[in-house]
Amino acid sequence: MANPRGPILSGDQDVRDALLTKIRRTQATDKLDAKRRQAVQERLSNHPRNIVPKRSDGNVDHKVALFTKLMTAADATVEEVSMPSQIPRAVAEFLRAHNLPQRIRFGKDPALTGLAWDQTPSLEVSDGRARVSDETSMGRAFAAVAESGTLVMTSGQDNPTTLNFLPENHVVVVEANRIWGSYEDVWDEIRHHYGDTVMPRTVNLISGPSRTGDIEQRLELGAHGPKRLHIIILNSASKAGSPKE
Amino acid sequence: MESTSRKFSSNAREALGDSQLQRALSNVPSGFVNKRAKAAAALPEFEDLRDKGRDIKNHVLEHLDLYLEAYERRVIEAGGHVHWAASAADAQRIITEICQAHGAKTVTKGKSMISEEAGINAALERAGITPIETDLGEYIVQMRGETPSHLIAPAVHLNKDQIEADFRRVHDHLPKDRVLEEPASLVREAREVLRSKYLAADIGITGANFLIAETGTSVIVTNEGNGDLTQNLPKVHIALASIEKIVPTLEDASTLIRLLARSATGQEISTYTTFSTGPRRLGDLDGPNEYHVVLLDNGRSDMIGTEFQDMLRCIRCGACLNHCPVYQAVGGHAYGWVYSGPMGSVLTPSLIGVDEAGHLPNASTFCGRCEEVCPMRIPLPKMMRHWREREFEKHLTAKSIRSGLKVWNWFVARPELYHRVSGLAAKFIKARAGKRGRVSNLPFAGGWTKHRDLPSPQGKTFQAIWKERQKNG
Repeated sequence: MANPRGPILSGDQDVRDALLTKIRRTQATDKLDAKRRQAVQERLSNHPRNIVPKRSDGNVDHKVALFTKLMTAADATVEEVSMPSQIPRAVAEFLRAHNLPQRIRFGKDPALTGLAWDQTPSLEVSDGRARVSDETSMGRAFAAVAESGTLVMTSGQDNPTTLNFLPENHVVVVEANRIWGSYEDVWDEIRHHYGDTVMPRTVNLISGPSRTGDIEQRLELGAHGPKRLHIIILNSASKAGSPKE
Repeated sequence: MESTSRKFSSNAREALGDSQLQRALSNVPSGFVNKRAKAAAALPEFEDLRDKGRDIKNHVLEHLDLYLEAYERRVIEAGGHVHWAASAADAQRIITEICQAHGAKTVTKGKSMISEEAGINAALERAGITPIETDLGEYIVQMRGETPSHLIAPAVHLNKDQIEADFRRVHDHLPKDRVLEEPASLVREAREVLRSKYLAADIGITGANFLIAETGTSVIVTNEGNGDLTQNLPKVHIALASIEKIVPTLEDASTLIRLLARSATGQEISTYTTFSTGPRRLGDLDGPNEYHVVLLDNGRSDMIGTEFQDMLRCIRCGACLNHCPVYQAVGGHAYGWVYSGPMGSVLTPSLIGVDEAGHLPNASTFCGRCEEVCPMRIPLPKMMRHWREREFEKHLTAKSIRSGLKVWNWFVARPELYHRVSGLAAKFIKARAGKRGRVSNLPFAGGWTKHRDLPSPQGKTFQAIWKERQKNG
């Protein structure tokens, strides 16, 4: 690689070196430096947990209930289904309830493309990144956090990031056993899935539909992102969504 | 940005007489203050998290050189570019050069205080590039040719009828007879107007709430989702951040995220918290092709190792503004530069000089509420006192105050005389107050009594009562 730091603009390197030297001088003598380096190295590789709130401690039922309560308080709607085959009908029902066109777009996630969309023939599905004309998009969460009622969406062709923000209505599927207690639990999952120190290009923590309080501190939904966020929890233990067939 | 901090006194007087502003500011205590209190009370671990947040940032500041190096390494590994800027001028030049290299005509922007501090919009305009603020509050403020008056609520100084008038003036392509009275209709109109701007923009610029050394990630926090459209739709994403935004790990970022929204708006967490690492990956259907980070110092490294280092823990939640009786009375613009409220009173003299901003640390009643609510436990009143001392040492304090202090100093050095004179003064004020028990004007204190009454002393001085108690005790 000729230039590992990318296009260096005029004087960039000098500024960097001068700044780092200056900061080092305020902190370190030569003797301390090895200790400081070790402290930093250890913190980065061990990434110890700090204080994790206890409110999400408990079994899956507790986590699902807490997630649902906080998401609902943040103006999202949440429903549970017990089988994947129920999802297309749940989506169609959501669209109908809000007088939205029966059209939806999602990425290449097999958990979504593989659903029984032929059960809902009037519902038109398409794939790819979000278009301006899309009214409703759909995604599958990498995970969720019960502690704060938060979805965790990761970028990639399976779930393109623009689907999370451009359309006015957003439907997200999350499996109940992917609802973790804390953010820290999710970071461990991401490390496990992508590798230590490697992150997906974008990780979106989403906790409700878009909002603003910029005009006289009055809450308005749908500022730039979705105005509606509907979450479908796939929970095989759920009684609420037991199959109707 | 040009500062008018020197004119704080006249700025404040104007603000107190501005009825539109006073109406708008009346929303601050009922909104932010109550919500924060509720959110803090709802999390038993909140106080311990504050201690932890303070410790994390202290650790970072003691190892900042090493964390910056580690962070840079990871950004480059993820395919991003890191640029170092010593001054606002450096940041302006770097960002303008990146924009010009891509032939950019318009640039969308997520909300960023550091961009205000570095004067990025003005620099882009000078280069013939149009910056478009996308946060609703910033969009409103930009269309008025103003600057944000609050860290997280840029347009908190405005009422909806003012905003409606601005929308009618600027969005003149829309029908004149449209209904725009309610906030909902204003929000919808801004949403629709900005849609096309996001799509047309060549470059998206955001700030960063945190930079994570472990992974080379920049983090933004928004409620509107504007920052995400800004950084995902254009070909290039530039994140501009000051050097103290670094945190070691994802775990450390999580601790600060737990503090940020609760302290700011009283939310459990902001609606969108976005972690960005490098540009578009193989197979990605969206996202920027290039990812740049501009690391800006602009005077912060001078604060490390001084009594003002603690200020670098600030995460810009705005709690100290919301709880400050001075901010509540005069709003953000009176402070005359980018940062306002208690955090501005401490930070501004560090960044633009005590000669320029020496008035700000005096804009305090020393009630201490700012320190009580600061999630990072920054000793703001103590630091304002440091600045007052510096201001005095530099002979920047007004002559009348200096000579007043001299007289007082002369008396204090003579306790007998001091007690006798203060005893007399207490009696004099009591007599003047009469049955009402309040004095509405007092010689030498007209500036104070003009806006409020002085409760009358009880007749005896503290020292006299103390002596009696000792005798009787």
